[in-house]
Amino acid sequence: MEDVMVTMQRTAERQTLKGAVQVEGLSVVYRRKNYENRVLDSIQLSIQPGEFVCLLGPSGCGKSTLLNVIAGFLKPSAGYVLVDQMPISRPGADRGFVFQQYSLLPWKTTFQNIELGLKIRGVPKAERTERVHEYLNRVGLYKHRSSYPHQLSGGMQQRASIIRALVNSPSVLLMDEPFAALDAQTRHMMQEMLLGIWDDLKTTVIFVTHDIEEAIFLGDRICTMGVHPGRIKSEIPIDLPRPRHFDDTLSKEFLALHRQVFTCIREETMKSMEESF
Amino acid sequence: MAVTVSKPVPTRWFGRIGDVLKTLFWGNRPFRRVLALVIFFGGWQFLCAINFDFFINFQLIPSPWEVLFATIDFVTSDPWIHFRSSIQRVFFGYLAASVLGIFLGVLIGWFEAVEDLFLPPLELLRPIPAVAWIPLAILMFPNAESGMVYITFIGAFFPMLISTIRGVESTLSDTVLIRVGQCLGANSWHIFKDIVIPGSMPSIASGLTIGMGNAWFCLVTAEILAGRYGVGYITWESYVTSNYPPIVMGMLLIGLMGALSSWAVGRATNALMPWRVINKQGGG
Repeated sequence: MEDVMVTMQRTAERQTLKGAVQVEGLSVVYRRKNYENRVLDSIQLSIQPGEFVCLLGPSGCGKSTLLNVIAGFLKPSAGYVLVDQMPISRPGADRGFVFQQYSLLPWKTTFQNIELGLKIRGVPKAERTERVHEYLNRVGLYKHRSSYPHQLSGGMQQRASIIRALVNSPSVLLMDEPFAALDAQTRHMMQEMLLGIWDDLKTTVIFVTHDIEEAIFLGDRICTMGVHPGRIKSEIPIDLPRPRHFDDTLSKEFLALHRQVFTCIREETMKSMEESF
Repeated sequence: MAVTVSKPVPTRWFGRIGDVLKTLFWGNRPFRRVLALVIFFGGWQFLCAINFDFFINFQLIPSPWEVLFATIDFVTSDPWIHFRSSIQRVFFGYLAASVLGIFLGVLIGWFEAVEDLFLPPLELLRPIPAVAWIPLAILMFPNAESGMVYITFIGAFFPMLISTIRGVESTLSDTVLIRVGQCLGANSWHIFKDIVIPGSMPSIASGLTIGMGNAWFCLVTAEILAGRYGVGYITWESYVTSNYPPIVMGMLLIGLMGALSSWAVGRATNALMPWRVINKQGGG
């Protein structure tokens, strides 16, 4: 009974928060002369404010394309995306984006990179500095604030990219395989760090990955995606307790989920592999 | 139990001297650079001394010594007016070329309409060598001085223009950088100022360096128009009067001033881009 109360309370809290994402009948079709490629086919997806959703699927399933449409980088062929009831037509600071590639501007220091969004919005210098310093401290980059990106390790660069998006208090944080290029150790640390920040800020996160373990470890819910055409195949809720730690990835519940997701993905991976032969 | 001690291998005395020589000279970058010049001038002196004549004829070529004496003569007889005239012409031509080349290049790279309106005639003019402009330079400009500045301008302008256009275009083609700006809420002006301009800086900088070289490159051509002064003028004049050592002296002086000013431009532009790291093969 108490559990239900807590859940209801949480739901009520979340409804007042920003960051609801609604994807309605979204299709992306590339047409060539005598053939058309349905990269995404009638995607239907509803995300609660503050939810952490992982889009998981084999390469070619259109998971990054979906993220790019939500970001406003790509125009859909049909359907639409609503963020907090507002339709998306172009990129904006309300949807922070973390890229797979290292994407800090090479000519700006860490501080200047993170400051850029606030500067563009016209936030006064003193407030800007305070906010950027707060976020730098949070991810342990304060002492590297004057370094240029090439002086930072891959993990540091991605940490900086994450807070560059978050410092603008976006409604949604869109992450496109942000840890794919990192070594395993760093990746685990980054995942725990991301969960820590998310726990504080409760920003809605849409996280694209092809790594099953990563998706289970991070998400409230996993949407597995299928290929040809790209679509959402199943939605798997992950009700592992939070806060989660790396040890949890060895628990029975975790492994059971791993098996469940794996089975679901396997079929699609086979399909996408056959397609490439 | 016998313990075998490995005897130190005796170093031969010339081996040790070899090491010393290596650290003193070969490992020493300034030394390697001076060596390059010694070999160059030594080779030239040698070819003159043996009156080399096998397809290429060195018999009438002044030797480095003769050039050196011509240079001493020149330097001791009030050379500053010549230097000043030449430097002034190159400077103003270069300045105009930088301002116009970068300005137009940025606009052509950024706006499609500007590209369509400006680039076709510029591409038509680009292959024309500076020397072909001399008659028009005489006809178009009110005095020889501005005609000469125009010729050095022509030399410097096109590399600057093309490098700038390419720099802007390659930054625009970097989807991730542009998207980074867009999802931080940047409008076109922010993207232009915070991403496109700094992103094209390395390319603009190479345009500035190449343009500086080309401005000097065109100096002799420009100073064909000169009546009295200029290093290029002396070079041309000595050719007309068949006085060979000053020709080579003029050539080397232009080379020297060109190299120095290109070096200065390189230093200045690198200072503007502290974010870059350059690691070369065999570098320390």
